[in-house]
Amino acid sequence: MGILERLNGGRWGVHPHDDHKRPAADTPLRVMPLPAKLCVPLLQHVGAPAKPVVAVGDSVLRGQLIAAAQGAVSAPVHAPSSGVVTAIGPVTAPHPSGLPFDAITITLDGEDRALEAAGVDDPLALEPAEVTRRIADAGIVGLGGATFPSAPKAQLGRKLEVQTLVINGGECEPYLSSDDSVMRHRADDVIDGVRILMHAVGARTALVGIEDNKPEAIAAMREAARAFAAIRICPVPARYPMGSDRQLVEVLTGKQVPAGARTASIGVLVNNVSTCAAIHRALRHGEALYRRIVTVNGGAVAAPGNVLAPVGVLVEDLLAFVGLKEAPARLVMGGPMMGLALPHAQVPTVKACGGVLALTAAEIARPAPSACIRCGSCVKACPMGLQPLEIAARVRAGDYDGAASLQLDDCLACGCCAYVCPSNLPLVQSFQHAKGTLWARAQQKKRNALTRELADARRERLERDARERAEAAAKRKAARAAQQASAAAPGGQEMPS
Amino acid sequence: MLVPVVILTLLGLMLGLMLGYAARVFAVEGNEVAAEIAAMMPGTNCGQCGLAGCGAAADALVAGAAPATVCPGGGAPLAQAIAAKLGLTLDLGGLADQGPKIAEVQEDICIGCARCLKGCPTDAIVGASKQIHGVLHQACTGCGACVTECPTGAIGLRPLPQTLQDWNWASPSFA
Ligand code: SF4
Ligand code: SF4
Repeated sequence: MGILERLNGGRWGVHPHDDHKRPAADTPLRVMPLPAKLCVPLLQHVGAPAKPVVAVGDSVLRGQLIAAAQGAVSAPVHAPSSGVVTAIGPVTAPHPSGLPFDAITITLDGEDRALEAAGVDDPLALEPAEVTRRIADAGIVGLGGATFPSAPKAQLGRKLEVQTLVINGGECEPYLSSDDSVMRHRADDVIDGVRILMHAVGARTALVGIEDNKPEAIAAMREAARAFAAIRICPVPARYPMGSDRQLVEVLTGKQVPAGARTASIGVLVNNVSTCAAIHRALRHGEALYRRIVTVNGGAVAAPGNVLAPVGVLVEDLLAFVGLKEAPARLVMGGPMMGLALPHAQVPTVKACGGVLALTAAEIARPAPSACIRCGSCVKACPMGLQPLEIAARVRAGDYDGAASLQLDDCLACGCCAYVCPSNLPLVQSFQHAKGTLWARAQQKKRNALTRELADARRERLERDARERAEAAAKRKAARAAQQASAAAPGGQEMPS
Repeated sequence: MLVPVVILTLLGLMLGLMLGYAARVFAVEGNEVAAEIAAMMPGTNCGQCGLAGCGAAADALVAGAAPATVCPGGGAPLAQAIAAKLGLTLDLGGLADQGPKIAEVQEDICIGCARCLKGCPTDAIVGASKQIHGVLHQACTGCGACVTECPTGAIGLRPLPQTLQDWNWASPSFA
């Protein structure tokens, strides 16, 4: 706590009175029975979407590659169970817009036949590059929500000679406990994954930050890490957004990440605990990332808890498994603070989906906004040290550049400001809107530059064509003139016989 | 008596020369602002504004004969940039309802005559004679020059499809 106060000159963040994590977090882990079909999205990560390598009608096995990575920052996608590919094309994305994205739909045969998987006995004896390659092949991406492919991240860490890994077990969002569940039930896997990742990156120490509202996870992880001096389990105060990488790094290492930079720039690489567990499974068991633990929670859920579910399962099937007490007023993928509201339940989950919430009307009720009273609560709460009230005033007036000049770019969209605002102002949504608008403008500018270049190139080409035509015509004319002149010349010029 | 008169005269002369020189060297040509604005525009001379190309539109803007929203190709971002440059207040009403558009070739009607290729100011249409043509989304400014070229009416403008990448949150109501 001391560090915290010193660094931020106060208390950033918020401490929700009721984090709604229990009782869901305390229920035993359940394995979801196979649904009738899965829609496995092609874009579940930052970067280029994966490219399908199967066709409609193909039979696939569990763990089989169905879409390959495209480009340096991308991740492959694997079949979560056996069945037949019945469609490749648009399905509704788990996104408030309700817009489609591409997915591979597999109708499962229920037999769950698996591809022969080849793990290695001692991943720590492999070349680091080989470890990274296996992480890439398993399609592992940041499971904390950032979804950055893990292999290029490890490569970056090695290139920058990162010495410290920060392992994120913060899971600060209310309602969610999937990382908690991974740490409680699979602590050995997590620690092994951390060791493999340290080997791949070349890091010397790993700090595992776990919020102190998860004593069971801390105990299990301490037990698992006992034999490894390089891995330290560090309880951190439970405070939202502790799970944000910048905040966790600052609390654990005392170093602040510069605005606009990655944590790697200060010699730290952050990875989520679930990602580490996935790395363990990929290396030791040759298992690609095609299933994960998802928290299903919310007032409308009959039996909330953590469920091991295949990637690409429809939210509707997941909810059917846990049962609903009442019709939910809102479905959310992710946590209540930063998650995305879903348009309906026929959307697939993705690799980074740590939770699905079915909330009741009472849980989402929010009084109507009123005028800003300039109380400054939002300024105090903002973990990035921004002035939400000032930014919001600019956005409201349509002054997006003004908002940008107040470091809107640094906003995490964590929602602390909106959470504490006594006037219930829709601060985060206005920031999201402003960021989107600024992005669109930058995009349009790029487009204009491109079309201008094309138009200039075209003009130049047309001019050159005209010039060449004129030159050719002049040449022809000259040649003709010479011919005529020679034809008209009297005698003398005849060919010699 | 004479000394101050001479000094002041010389001073006046010198300052006058300096001012005259400065006026020449730092002269702001009448159309410099117009040139700057022309540089901000798409530069395709597509004529959607109803004027004779981007240069003419820039002149009209400087002269106050055209609104900041004159250029449909540049969209709202350009209008905002122009308004900021010229210190105008902006009414995006005339722009917002349209949204960006791009040309689309209906492949079953296209006869591959290649006439549209010549009309496009950004070479956004690909295709050769007797081949079905297609439009490169990134390069098309939606100027519609190709639409009138097409003898079979196979080219139309349609709104740019919304994707997950460019979807944006609505501006929330604060009251
Ligand atoms: S301004 Fe952004 S970073 Fe700061 S509290 Fe609000 S949402 Fe979080
Ligand atoms: S917390 Fe709300 S009311 Fe208080 S200053 Fe911030 S925006 Fe205004």
